[in-house]
Amino acid sequence: MHLKYESQLREPLVYGRKTYHDVTEEIIRPIEAKPGKLWYVGFYTAVALLLFGVYSVYRDVTYGIGQWNLNKTVGWGWDITNFVWWVGIGHAGTLISAILLLFRQGWRTGVNRAAEAMTIFAVMCAGQFPIFHMGRVWLAFFIMPYPNTRGPVWVNFNSPLLWDVFAISTYFTVSVLFWYSGLIPDMATVRDRAKTKLRKYLYGVAAFGWTGSTKHWQRIESLSLVLAGLATPLVLSVHTIVSMDFATSVIPGWHTTIFPPYFVAGAVFSGFAMTQSLLLVVRKVYHLEDYITIGHIEAMNKIIVLTGSIVGVAYLTELFMGWYSQSKYEGYTFWYSRANLFSPYGWSYWGMMTCNVMVPQIFWLRKARRNLFITFFISVLVNVGMWFERFVIIVTSIYRDYLPSSWSVYYSPTIWEIGFYLGTFGLFFTCFFLFSKYAPVIAVHEIKYVLKTSGESYKNTMGAIEREPVEEFAHEYAH
Amino acid sequence: MAKKKFVVGCFDNEEVLFPAVKKVRTAGYKIRDVYTPFPVHGLDHALGLRETSLHTAGFIYGITGTATALGGISWILTYDWPLNIGGKPHFALPAWIPITFELTVLFAAVGMVYTFCYLCQLAPFVKKHHFHPRATDDLFVMVIECTDKTNIDDLKGFLTNNGAVETDVQVAEEGWWWGRYDKDDEKTLEKEIVAA
Repeated sequence: MHLKYESQLREPLVYGRKTYHDVTEEIIRPIEAKPGKLWYVGFYTAVALLLFGVYSVYRDVTYGIGQWNLNKTVGWGWDITNFVWWVGIGHAGTLISAILLLFRQGWRTGVNRAAEAMTIFAVMCAGQFPIFHMGRVWLAFFIMPYPNTRGPVWVNFNSPLLWDVFAISTYFTVSVLFWYSGLIPDMATVRDRAKTKLRKYLYGVAAFGWTGSTKHWQRIESLSLVLAGLATPLVLSVHTIVSMDFATSVIPGWHTTIFPPYFVAGAVFSGFAMTQSLLLVVRKVYHLEDYITIGHIEAMNKIIVLTGSIVGVAYLTELFMGWYSQSKYEGYTFWYSRANLFSPYGWSYWGMMTCNVMVPQIFWLRKARRNLFITFFISVLVNVGMWFERFVIIVTSIYRDYLPSSWSVYYSPTIWEIGFYLGTFGLFFTCFFLFSKYAPVIAVHEIKYVLKTSGESYKNTMGAIEREPVEEFAHEYAH
Repeated sequence: MAKKKFVVGCFDNEEVLFPAVKKVRTAGYKIRDVYTPFPVHGLDHALGLRETSLHTAGFIYGITGTATALGGISWILTYDWPLNIGGKPHFALPAWIPITFELTVLFAAVGMVYTFCYLCQLAPFVKKHHFHPRATDDLFVMVIECTDKTNIDDLKGFLTNNGAVETDVQVAEEGWWWGRYDKDDEKTLEKEIVAA
């Protein structure tokens, strides 16, 4: 009796001769063991960065955002650049778990858990920037529509900035729900293996009393499928709405109709790059090479080269439109402020072009896609490039506005602006280190689910099925 | 809830489990549940469970979100405090699409997860009887409810013949209770050695 079938031609998703128990052992062992020295070094570095960030933000709140070098002309600088950058990174997790689930891409099982966690932490980091950019952060709740004694004066529902509030908070909530509902069965696995009382207690709480009942599995599968269906348009909507923060304005360089697809592609691009950087380290440190295989890395590199090229086409389209529109303001922004290497911020445009468009083209070569060093190097470069992209969009569009007397070419961040950014790195990595220590970084039950179809040692049995006549297989498959 | 007596059969391979489920059901035994470490597709049909209608609930929650957003924004911007924003119409439907969409998704997702937890009776500090600790690792644990007429030894033999690697008899609480997993309480496990 064959319960599932997968072509022999596909690369295995799980290497080695493994039983279900081996899968549990190998993925959960790092949680149960004491973390190594590297973990402590990484964790405390992250905490130190976080503390520096907290101090920077403390100064920002105490003295006001005059602590930053923003001015009347460049009103959005590093803060909004970092916001868009982090939100973009937060797109890969839901893309992997939702869109690839709908497309029935089996390879998502190895990487979805870590990518989703990364999404959640990245969105947490992103949220800090607009909140503290408000200046009087203690009044941040004004952005929520609630009946108040000031009229009531409501928020402006026609404003893209308010759309952002709803989009990001919805995205965060749905991502957390999606991630945690998948985590419950794995928490139960950790609970049932726990040796100490404290672990039993804590994982017992975290597992919500999960038993593994068939009915519960049926419901959780239905839940994750519908959540995937909801999260797919959601993930596209979030960066679309972020792009509308710019696109609905009348600033040359922002007032562009291609922004939504261009931003979404860029978000997926940077998100996958960040996933690559993290997973390459995780698989090495936790010895998970059998589960996060070269095949997984290659698949993600294919998406990186695809989305990188989409972004490249968008850059070229913008340049073309800058000329074709014959609007002198558009032309000035695109051809002078950006594409001219010798203009004040030309370096950021060419940094972006190099890191985002040129460098990833090496992934057309199969050898490069399957090379860990090249992959890691490029994944870091892509994130640098994507940071440049947001900086280019924001700063080069506004530093020279319509009134030459208010031009500002002197925008460069203060140490507290940089500190805030470093602080979000601290937050991100602190969370990620804690997650990788206390939760299974790979979805154990999903690996078990694909083990007998896509595991290396089970693939040979597919040969027997392939020799069977179709009618016989169909009959068996129908039970 | 009351305590009941169950016969437990553990299988280590889903390909053995399926025929066993079929045979146990044909023999007239009542399978209470099969606990598995991962979703085994087709097992719900083999056990005769009906499809879940969780997605219908999701649809209803989603519609509620749409209605809340559209109703709320229309009331606020056209009736409660019609704000003049650059002379644009008060009823600016296209500009409300993003928030309407977000709230639809938010309501559907949150509602579905709560419904899921309610239906499965999952929550922090909830405790249930676990028939085998390896049910979340590598065993497929079939649990059969005993009636007065059940001959326990026969049933155990029947399960073993059909591929069960381990059989057991347990008296256990059926539902859930508030409890902690680091402490054994009376309700948890009462292994009973049944005299033939």
